[in-house]
Amino acid sequence: MSRDRIHTMRFISPPYLSQNKSVRSLMVKVLLALLPGVAVYACLIGPAILLQMVIASATALFAEAAMLKLRGKPLGPFLSDGSALVTSWLIALTFPPIAPWWLTVSGALIAIVIAKHLYGGLGQNPFNPAMVAFAACIVSFPALMSQWPSVTLDTRFTDQILAVLGLSRNLDALTSATPLDALKTALRISPETPIATMLSDTKIYGLAGGRAWECVAAAYFLGGLWLLRCKVIRWHAPAGFLFGVVALSAACWFFDPGRFASPLFHTFSGGVLLGAFFIVTDPVSGCASDMGKMIFGFSAGILAYTIRVFGGYPDGVAFSVLILNVCAPLIDLLTRPPVFGMKKK
Amino acid sequence: MLRKLFRFKGGVEPVTHKSASAQAPIGKHPLPSQLILPLHQNVGARAIPCVRVGETVLKGQRIGAADGWISAAVHAPTSGKVLAIEDRLATHPSGLSTLSVIIEPDGLDTWIERRPLDYATLAPDEVRKALRDAGIVGLGGAVFPTHAKLSAAKSTAMEFVVINGAECEPFVTCDDLLMRERAEDIVHGASIFRDLLEPRRVLIGIEDNKPEAAVAMRRAVETLGFDFEVVVVPTRYPTGAAKQLIRVLTGKEIPSTRRSPEMGVQCFNVGTAYSTWRFVAFGEPLISRIVTLTGNVKIAGNWETLIGTPFGEFVAIGCPKPDTGGFLMGGPMMGFEIPGLSAPVVKACNCVIVAATPLFPPPRPEMPCIRCGACAHVCPHELQPFELYRFSRAKKFDKTIKLSIDECIECGCCAYVCPSRIPLVRYFRFAKSEIAARRKETEKAAATRFRIEGRKKRDERMKAEKAERLQKATAKTSGAGDADATKRALIEAAVERARLQRETQAAKNAETAGNRETALEKNPAVRPNDVAG
Repeated sequence: MSRDRIHTMRFISPPYLSQNKSVRSLMVKVLLALLPGVAVYACLIGPAILLQMVIASATALFAEAAMLKLRGKPLGPFLSDGSALVTSWLIALTFPPIAPWWLTVSGALIAIVIAKHLYGGLGQNPFNPAMVAFAACIVSFPALMSQWPSVTLDTRFTDQILAVLGLSRNLDALTSATPLDALKTALRISPETPIATMLSDTKIYGLAGGRAWECVAAAYFLGGLWLLRCKVIRWHAPAGFLFGVVALSAACWFFDPGRFASPLFHTFSGGVLLGAFFIVTDPVSGCASDMGKMIFGFSAGILAYTIRVFGGYPDGVAFSVLILNVCAPLIDLLTRPPVFGMKKK
Repeated sequence: MLRKLFRFKGGVEPVTHKSASAQAPIGKHPLPSQLILPLHQNVGARAIPCVRVGETVLKGQRIGAADGWISAAVHAPTSGKVLAIEDRLATHPSGLSTLSVIIEPDGLDTWIERRPLDYATLAPDEVRKALRDAGIVGLGGAVFPTHAKLSAAKSTAMEFVVINGAECEPFVTCDDLLMRERAEDIVHGASIFRDLLEPRRVLIGIEDNKPEAAVAMRRAVETLGFDFEVVVVPTRYPTGAAKQLIRVLTGKEIPSTRRSPEMGVQCFNVGTAYSTWRFVAFGEPLISRIVTLTGNVKIAGNWETLIGTPFGEFVAIGCPKPDTGGFLMGGPMMGFEIPGLSAPVVKACNCVIVAATPLFPPPRPEMPCIRCGACAHVCPHELQPFELYRFSRAKKFDKTIKLSIDECIECGCCAYVCPSRIPLVRYFRFAKSEIAARRKETEKAAATRFRIEGRKKRDERMKAEKAERLQKATAKTSGAGDADATKRALIEAAVERARLQRETQAAKNAETAGNRETALEKNPAVRPNDVAG
């Protein structure tokens, strides 16, 4: 009887069909969606971002390989899943492009080694690794993390490269405050001047959220819309996040337009649009249900605005996301949708 | 149609691969050299063999009698000689054996005397019994005895009988062809279900990828003058699962804790309706069914096949191509690999897919769950598969119960969309089997405790009685007995005795019920839910 047994061990468990989607294809789409933002960034802010991305990617892949080796995991499928690249690109895009190389390297190491692999690797990290890296570095190296290239002075590419390599002699000549930082300082120095007057200086503040930076933000927005169309992300977290930022900034602006900038400025400045489509949408450290995603996004938006306007840091996206990462399991628990046949009428 | 359709959440739309086998009309599969008839082809108790080895049997003769109410008879599909009654490879993914009757056909195909059922004059219970003895079971794949589904709930009036012609699994076309070619028989069968259940409406649901079947069914309903409604529903897997089709057609959601008649609905597969009518009108018990043969074959199609035909002989008619690597029974979403070609076609077998690498590429390596939530969005029962997966993997079964793992119908939508290629259904089956084992264990323990406590009480009572008797004896001797009080004491003792007896009986019953459930779990149907095709 046993001779006609034909179990091939190929068909162990149904279903035997699957959709042609993989972790890698999702991650590759996220990387593609970042490209317009990267291109605009390189053109308008400085091509040093490309060098930073190379440094961050190389470090992240190396760290990933080393950690996989230490943990006894196969290198092939995990190195090629693209998740380390997404993390490293986010690090490069959130760090100053003229930050010294070792700062970017530290960021990538913190993200991959500590925030990702020490928690169990892909799918296990409770915190967004890129945001952990950003928070750790801005707390440890506040000065270096605030050296942004000036978009008004036409800095040369070689100057930026030298800065990254740590060889720049006149670093101060290269840098200036980001629009958010500039506004914060201006408000502190002259509390009497209405904010509209300050923001009318388009050399710094551009039309919406800071010269050049608003274009980068718009490019992130386009990439995010494409991700939505490809169904890589769902609309709930970005919509919640943007709604949180817009609602609170609109309320403050309405309350005192002399002291608070418009919702438009807050949406297009800093990391809001990058955060909305590429950071609060991280499935691993975020919420799972649609309602949870919305609450997660909305709360992060409220917090991001609060930290950026009332807190000590120029922007609040990273901290707000990390705080919400802590809350995600609870939100998931409270927003679990009812199952089939168990709904209350 | 005018009927307002409802939507169930989730579901997927895999490529259907149906056209290959839906071109040719239903063919008649030739008589095989040997027939292997497992006695357990239904949910519930195994049939009891009622023929002897060496006996000559006629086509349609009962060879296995139903054992109890949740059971169904088995019949000889052709005339011939009983070669053996022995364990043979079961048509089950486990590869275990099951008691089967082996028949060598004599080639004459002589029918036993066939008598149509005079169901108009018979009492409904007699009709149900007759259906049980004709071996009629759900042919959508769940093989639940049909007669046991033909009683309305006492508390609720029957609103709808749903006839399931959705056939949502890819590759499978047996119901499609049956509806195209034998629509009138199906409609007649549905009318029997209607007569027994007396619903307000009979709805026939067909997915919109089977327009010819819908036309044929509409025509049949019109010709026969019934007021049944043929409803075309959107193609979306798993619309053919009973609960999903009921949801789409009636808007009702039936939780796993309730049976559908309690909510005024009952659902039958079109093949079941067809075989019911063949039995009622022509006296033919369930001895054959339409089976789709498709995939990596030269000739794909549907064959009217005798139950018991070994798969080896069945697939030969389609000429499998040389690069074949395995045979699947059922659809690619919920089916399983046939353990060997000596296993027979059974009542549950709606389709055989000859597998080859281009059709079913080897699965890519499993990656960790990234909680993307894709599984939750396609789960037709609105579960959170990624959470169930996490807890199943960690063997935290209590948590999986809290997250309603009992509601899972193992439709496979979650694993179909998972970008990490996690075989989620396998994890859920593991968790479910562990939970079932634990429940049985607890029940057993409770029954034992009950027995021990009963015994303790019995001992105490006996002691008390002894003391009482002793006291009475002393009282008598003292001569100061109150006659009334003695009588009362005697009555009280009798009542107490009766109560204890009742309790002991209850404990015993609980135990047998537990055993019966064990038998139910061992059903050969493979699928716990009524998924049609």
